[in-house]
Amino acid sequence: MSADLQPLFEPRGVVVAGASTHPGKFGFATLHNILTCGYEGQVFATNRSATPDNPVEILGIDCLPSVRDVPQGQADLVYVCVPAPAVPDVLRDASAVGIRAAFIASAGFGEGGDEAGAAIGAELAAIAAELDLAIAGPNGQGLVSTPASLCAQFVAPWPKRGGISIVSQSGNLASGAMNHADAGGVGVARAVSAGNSLCLDVDDYLAWFGADEATQSIIAYVEGVADARRFYDVLAQTARAKPVVVVKGGSSSEGAKAAASHTGSLATDDRIFDGLLRQAGAWRARDIGAAFGAAAALGVHGHMRGPNVAVLTNAGGWGVLTADALEPSLVDLMVLPDDLHAQLDAIMPPRWSASNPVDVAGGETRETIPAALRVLAEHDQVDAVLLLGLGIQSNTASLFRAGRFANDPDIERICAFHERQDRLYAQSVVDVSAETGTPILAATELAIADPANPGPATLRANGHPCYASPSDAVDALSALYARGRFLGALR
Amino acid sequence: MATMSEADSKSLLVEYGLPVLPEQSVRTIVEAVAAADSVGYPCVMKLSGDRIAHKTERNLVRLSIGTAAQARDAAGELLSAATPDDGEVTLLVAPMVSSSREFIVGAQRSSEFGPVVMVGIGGIFAEALEDVAFRMLPASTDDAYAMLGDLRTGALLDAFRGEPAVDRACLVGVIESVSAAMIARPDIVAIDINPVLIHNGTPVAVDALVELA
Repeated sequence: MSADLQPLFEPRGVVVAGASTHPGKFGFATLHNILTCGYEGQVFATNRSATPDNPVEILGIDCLPSVRDVPQGQADLVYVCVPAPAVPDVLRDASAVGIRAAFIASAGFGEGGDEAGAAIGAELAAIAAELDLAIAGPNGQGLVSTPASLCAQFVAPWPKRGGISIVSQSGNLASGAMNHADAGGVGVARAVSAGNSLCLDVDDYLAWFGADEATQSIIAYVEGVADARRFYDVLAQTARAKPVVVVKGGSSSEGAKAAASHTGSLATDDRIFDGLLRQAGAWRARDIGAAFGAAAALGVHGHMRGPNVAVLTNAGGWGVLTADALEPSLVDLMVLPDDLHAQLDAIMPPRWSASNPVDVAGGETRETIPAALRVLAEHDQVDAVLLLGLGIQSNTASLFRAGRFANDPDIERICAFHERQDRLYAQSVVDVSAETGTPILAATELAIADPANPGPATLRANGHPCYASPSDAVDALSALYARGRFLGALR
Repeated sequence: MATMSEADSKSLLVEYGLPVLPEQSVRTIVEAVAAADSVGYPCVMKLSGDRIAHKTERNLVRLSIGTAAQARDAAGELLSAATPDDGEVTLLVAPMVSSSREFIVGAQRSSEFGPVVMVGIGGIFAEALEDVAFRMLPASTDDAYAMLGDLRTGALLDAFRGEPAVDRACLVGVIESVSAAMIARPDIVAIDINPVLIHNGTPVAVDALVELA
């Protein structure tokens, strides 16, 4: 049976146990982040120095001496920053006032072979079962739940809202994945740093995300799993409901050594683990950036119905590199069917490439790109479209605007035209993919080189990804095709 | 842990559908020559026994036996190479098949993953290529086909050096027979089919080793 993580991710009220007056401490930063990111439930904080004679106020919250003093039934979640030996009592007190979930940030539960700590760790597991508490951590950074406007972590970021949910055995990689949300255009639903996973493990979060309405796709960073069979079963079940992207740390012998000292994970035969992921229907990504790119495409576009990719470009070299990137990938640079070729011929400039990549070769009018996107996406043999060169016109405008002659009305007029065109192209990507159901991805280095460029900025504003290189986009397309294949949804 | 002889390993796996050559298991030199005559030349002769797990290392395989006289010599050599530690031994006589491609199919009961099945590129480059694909058991037929798709040197499954493409359904059948045995017999800890030779496009198991708990 999967654990009920509702009180963890959608708590009615939150208590920070061990809140601190010092901005450098976890107990301050977490309280700050909860208060400043828009959480609307009640927030409580405890500080053991607080007494009626010696009130302690932190960030406007009057601290309670103990979790016992939280009014009954007013909070679901306690975020625990107190030292490990004090944690069991905090959990018992929390349960007594109706709290049902805990995130334990504190370390000292047996990491690095500390026996006394390990004994407390074992006690946590017993308490979780005895009191029916959902216990996350220990030794984690915290959790984020944008539907609840909850940023219960001592680190950044507070990501934009969206459909990607993240579980990570590394706190920093949970942050790392969330950091991609703003630049990547696609936001985050839930994120949790699983810490030592003494009670809730990666598979518990996966199972809950799989049934969570706010989650559209899932990223898991895994170094080792306690029970590979259970992980496989849960992953397979989750992947049937939602696309799951897995990054496996410690897949090399040197990486495995690093993982052993990081999370204590034993080396796993990576070849078997790889087969497990494929069999379960998960997509494996090499790193967090690639995982985010895949999860973004999967969350927004779902899947491809076949391997056929049409590439639309106004930049020849990009088309060449994309053709190179497609060759060894799961998806294909399709041969244009005759009817599609004829349709394109009718709308393309005379010097177009007359093959795929569909290169307008600089001869486009203001309507060429949107019209070509539509013709390609509407064709029943085109399974996805990749648009290259978005933002080139705005990039030209950007230099005009920064130059000495920016006040010239003709320059102003052409800059506005260029920027309008890139907005139009990006908006076409969003609208045509929604109307036709054909995934359309865009790739331009301007996505990271100039995030303010109206092309990528318009995609981001619409919750669409914009890839920084052809190979990043082709990886995401491969994930979409693999998903269609796994779902048995190929045409 | 105990290993089964090649002959017993094969007869166990044949029950689950493993394709093997029509081979004969005999005990004496005279019977071996008769067997060679009956399977035809060239043929292969091997010493088989419960405690013989590494025939090649011990030089207990004779290939390309072309005449009855060679069969007689081979049988004599192999029987005299048996040691008291080998226990009861037999001579396996099988037709010699020509093949330019080899695969490995295996299964193991991993302490971490439980029962898993494996297919890989075999032959002299096997270790250098390390091109293998695994699945957890039980696995579906689709999973078995997907394993073949996972192989980096999957081009070896296509038409190759004048030989037809590998009969994928048959190779999937090898994977599924090993898988079925692994699931049906919890006392099996590992199965190693090495090599699976591709003869005119058709896979055939020419050696098999079953390890019991």
